[in-house]
Amino acid sequence: MQWETVIGLEVHVQLATKSKIFSGSSTAFGAEPNTQASAVDLALPGTLPVPNEQAFRYAILFGLAINADINKRSVFERKNYFYPDLPKGYQTTQLDEPIVGPGVVDIELSDGSSKSVRIHHAHLEEDAGKSLHEDFHGMSGIDLNRAGTPLIEIVSEPDMRNSEEAVAFAKKLHGIVTSLGICDGEMSQGSMRFDVNISVRPKGQEEYGTRTETKNLNSFKFMERAIKLEVERQIDVIEDGGTIRQETRLYDADKDFSRAMRSKEEANDYRYFPCPDLLPVVFDDSYIEAIRKEMPELPDARKQRFVESYALSDYDASILAADAATASYFETAQAVSSDAKLSANWVMGELSGRLNSEELSIAQSPVEAKAMGELVLRVKDGTISSSGAKKVFNTLWESEGKSVDQIIDANGLKQVSDTGALEAIVDEVLANMADQIAQYQEADDKKRKKLMGGFMGPLMKASKGQGNPKLFNEILQRKLNN
Amino acid sequence: MSFSSDDIKNVAHLARLHVSDENADKLGADITNILTLVDQLQAVDTQGVEPMAHPMDAVQILRADDVTETNQRDKYQACAPETEEGLYLVPRVIE
Amino acid sequence: MLDKSIKELSQGLKNGDFSSVELTQTYLDRIAKLDARFNSYISVSSDAALTAAKEADTRIAAGDASIWTGIPYAHKDVFCTEGLRTTCGSKMLENFVPPYSATVTSQFDRAGAICLGKTNMDEFAMGSSNENSFFGKVVNPWSSSNDLVPGGSSGGSAAAVAARLAPVATGTDTGGSIRQPASFCGITGLKPTYGRVSRFGMIAYASSLDQGGPMARTAEDAALMLQVMAGHDPKDSTSIKHDVPDYSAGLNNSLQGLKIGLPKEFFNEHLDSSIQAVMQTAMKELEKLGATFKEVSLPNIGLGIPAYYVIAPAECSANLSRFDGVRYGHRCEQPEDLMDLYKRSRSEGFGNEVQRRILIGAYALSAGYYDAYYRKAMQVRRLIKNDYVAAFEDVDVILSPTTPSTAFGIGAKGDDPVKMYLEDIYTITANLAGLPGISVPAGIIDGLPIGLQLTGNYFDEARILNVAHQYQSQTDWHLKAPGNID
Repeated sequence: MQWETVIGLEVHVQLATKSKIFSGSSTAFGAEPNTQASAVDLALPGTLPVPNEQAFRYAILFGLAINADINKRSVFERKNYFYPDLPKGYQTTQLDEPIVGPGVVDIELSDGSSKSVRIHHAHLEEDAGKSLHEDFHGMSGIDLNRAGTPLIEIVSEPDMRNSEEAVAFAKKLHGIVTSLGICDGEMSQGSMRFDVNISVRPKGQEEYGTRTETKNLNSFKFMERAIKLEVERQIDVIEDGGTIRQETRLYDADKDFSRAMRSKEEANDYRYFPCPDLLPVVFDDSYIEAIRKEMPELPDARKQRFVESYALSDYDASILAADAATASYFETAQAVSSDAKLSANWVMGELSGRLNSEELSIAQSPVEAKAMGELVLRVKDGTISSSGAKKVFNTLWESEGKSVDQIIDANGLKQVSDTGALEAIVDEVLANMADQIAQYQEADDKKRKKLMGGFMGPLMKASKGQGNPKLFNEILQRKLNN
Repeated sequence: MSFSSDDIKNVAHLARLHVSDENADKLGADITNILTLVDQLQAVDTQGVEPMAHPMDAVQILRADDVTETNQRDKYQACAPETEEGLYLVPRVIE
Repeated sequence: MLDKSIKELSQGLKNGDFSSVELTQTYLDRIAKLDARFNSYISVSSDAALTAAKEADTRIAAGDASIWTGIPYAHKDVFCTEGLRTTCGSKMLENFVPPYSATVTSQFDRAGAICLGKTNMDEFAMGSSNENSFFGKVVNPWSSSNDLVPGGSSGGSAAAVAARLAPVATGTDTGGSIRQPASFCGITGLKPTYGRVSRFGMIAYASSLDQGGPMARTAEDAALMLQVMAGHDPKDSTSIKHDVPDYSAGLNNSLQGLKIGLPKEFFNEHLDSSIQAVMQTAMKELEKLGATFKEVSLPNIGLGIPAYYVIAPAECSANLSRFDGVRYGHRCEQPEDLMDLYKRSRSEGFGNEVQRRILIGAYALSAGYYDAYYRKAMQVRRLIKNDYVAAFEDVDVILSPTTPSTAFGIGAKGDDPVKMYLEDIYTITANLAGLPGISVPAGIIDGLPIGLQLTGNYFDEARILNVAHQYQSQTDWHLKAPGNID
């Protein structure tokens, strides 16, 4: 049977506010446990929440960016359940009256097509703390620093049909929220987390199958993998005559498998009701319009600009414009080097490869954008060869504080581009290569191209690697073709 | 309506309360009485009436995004039943 | 000294007739001597009180004193007091010493008042008799054989003021918890408009109904207390930005032309005849002062108790989830696992009434019942509010009894919770509507005090205080003390 996959996403985005959604505690990542947990965050008896305006501004900004309806009145509710990382015994969230109503996000796919994913709504809520499972004499440790960090939860309609679409959607959201500056986008720190609702149905069937929810995926790679595994699992179960249980699953990236979550085994009854400690939040049109005026450039517009201003290909532009950090890195590098195409190649090639292999985000790159620009400039003006440039790049990556030119000097990577000196080297080398010259001159054009390499090796060796290969090539051609 | 001891146990579980078998019956009877009192509401025609969550028709005042809290972990954990290395300890959490 | 008003005490301190240390010591001695009988305090803060009194004396001597500087007060044990145990009448918080103070606590601190200690209360403010305290029941000082309840949940505060174990006390009122014990103990108790007094640091029972307020012997003292407590608090999202008037300034305003509403749903054949007589006498006094009376109708008022017993338990079921044995409060011995930690800590820590209300609330909010119970109750709540809004178009204040009887016997309501719930029939709708109400001593029936209630329009505390003060200027019910309190 032909199966169709149906995917919907719930995306938790930590907002880049300085303080928490209901208290004046810092949201900075990485502090000592419970040092950023105030009386309100700890739910000490008698404490009360007071909402952070910036969280609303960010949520509205997001809503405007996806052309969603902004609800002028929104209401916080209590979602009741017990868990040690949830100090109040309820999560303060929005349900019936969220801040952001329906909207739409367009995604581009690798075959060049595009697709619209509908957003059901996005609501504001508080993050929970963390349970640390390392062994404290058989107990778990609870850190509530994260408790109360503002989140928007973006809920999509089940509009995606495979993992590629889901990942493209996730990446697009990442690009939007980082471009808006409302989230730092640091996936490894949990700044964006994805819950994926997956079901399968026979192709052509209208009715949805029973769905499962795989929770808390925090990388695109894991998300892609988790979707593939879950789709295979569901199809296997059904084809073996079984039925899919509606359940919450956890994907273990180390073991590359997923399992049902034990803590979610029993059906929950969250007993939502309007939080009596908070009043309805009301905005007027002028407030929302003022936020619209602050809207920064979004990935789609930026991509268009990159194509037009830098003559980049659609593909290069869409990658470089996808998120704010990459775009800004690229633009800094190209401003220093004045070579957009070469800058793009370096950012998408060497830099991106190294970042991926070391699992770093571009913001964490040891090679700063300005240094990258200088490196590209030196390639462009012929000071260094591309192999020399790779050495410079590696040195920049490993040792901070040195400039590109210092590294070139210190490592003798400067190319010799003095044609007189190069010509002397060519003459000297050719003097000992009569046989190869004869062979070359007898060959046809196609074969000649191949034979050129046989001359370049000795030339580079004779110049101690510093001869400008482009110039060597020109001189050689001139001499051999005479 | 009446509230069985099974009902009691289900709700008690939701609320994380332990109800012993001997208490369940008495509690069930009490709650049945209370629900009988409350059921007077069912006779009221409330069609079109906007539910009222707050007595005042006020709107929320929002706070500026400033960090106003400092680390007071030691003070806050002085009343905690069990902590170690700055963490609150609980029986093993299984996800 | 024990019968002096706050103004008189303040003047006495300024004149040097007595010091704050002497005044404070007088009360501490009385508490030590007499409170074994009344059990009105859970914690007495002798050392801190005397230290604060010494500082107050220095300030008074330096001429740097407000009216409250050096005046002792008792604080309901629902308000967090940094460094001083705050139990909420519960085993759950038996050893809880808060690391921060409630806004109301800070307000009294700033005013220079001296906290004598924390008063007994029904556990988590749930109850109308003070029989639901983990720290034992409170005895009404008016009962000759120590067998009557003081009312609740602010029963400890009411008893302490009535027994002259504090000049004034704070209370909180969710369905009548200030006004009902005030009526039973022969004192004056005011529940302000919802949002008038900050709830920050006041341990929540039902957030949309809870309101702190003054408990004093006179309306004049209550006005001075409210002056300290009222005002917008940025830490409480539900506190309302609304100007705070001078509550003492209008106390002597004439009642000429005042229109008092009499809800026909209360003044009917169900009203106890002796209470009816008390009300008639009080109305004559008010008439003499220039007030006129008009019947008003509050057709949905009878639905107050049913609506309340959905809304309050629903809110409390969530408000009390934070008591989970993890960060503070009671934790069971040797929990087997997380579920056991939760269930045993909570069942051991909470008393029966609290558990009952949590269960009702969880049930009313649970899947399939929300619309029939919670949503319905919120709709009825609006109908009740609308009734009041309509009535206040015709009248300035509404008069009613505070309680359906005088103080009842300890154990008299047996173990039927519904019987107890009906105690709040006259007070509960002011909480649902968010209106201010005051109970003022208005008579003695068979040797026991009984109050009348004046309900005011939103933020009209000054007016009901004015009416209460004028009434007290013509009557002496508020001056009567229990017979045997020395």
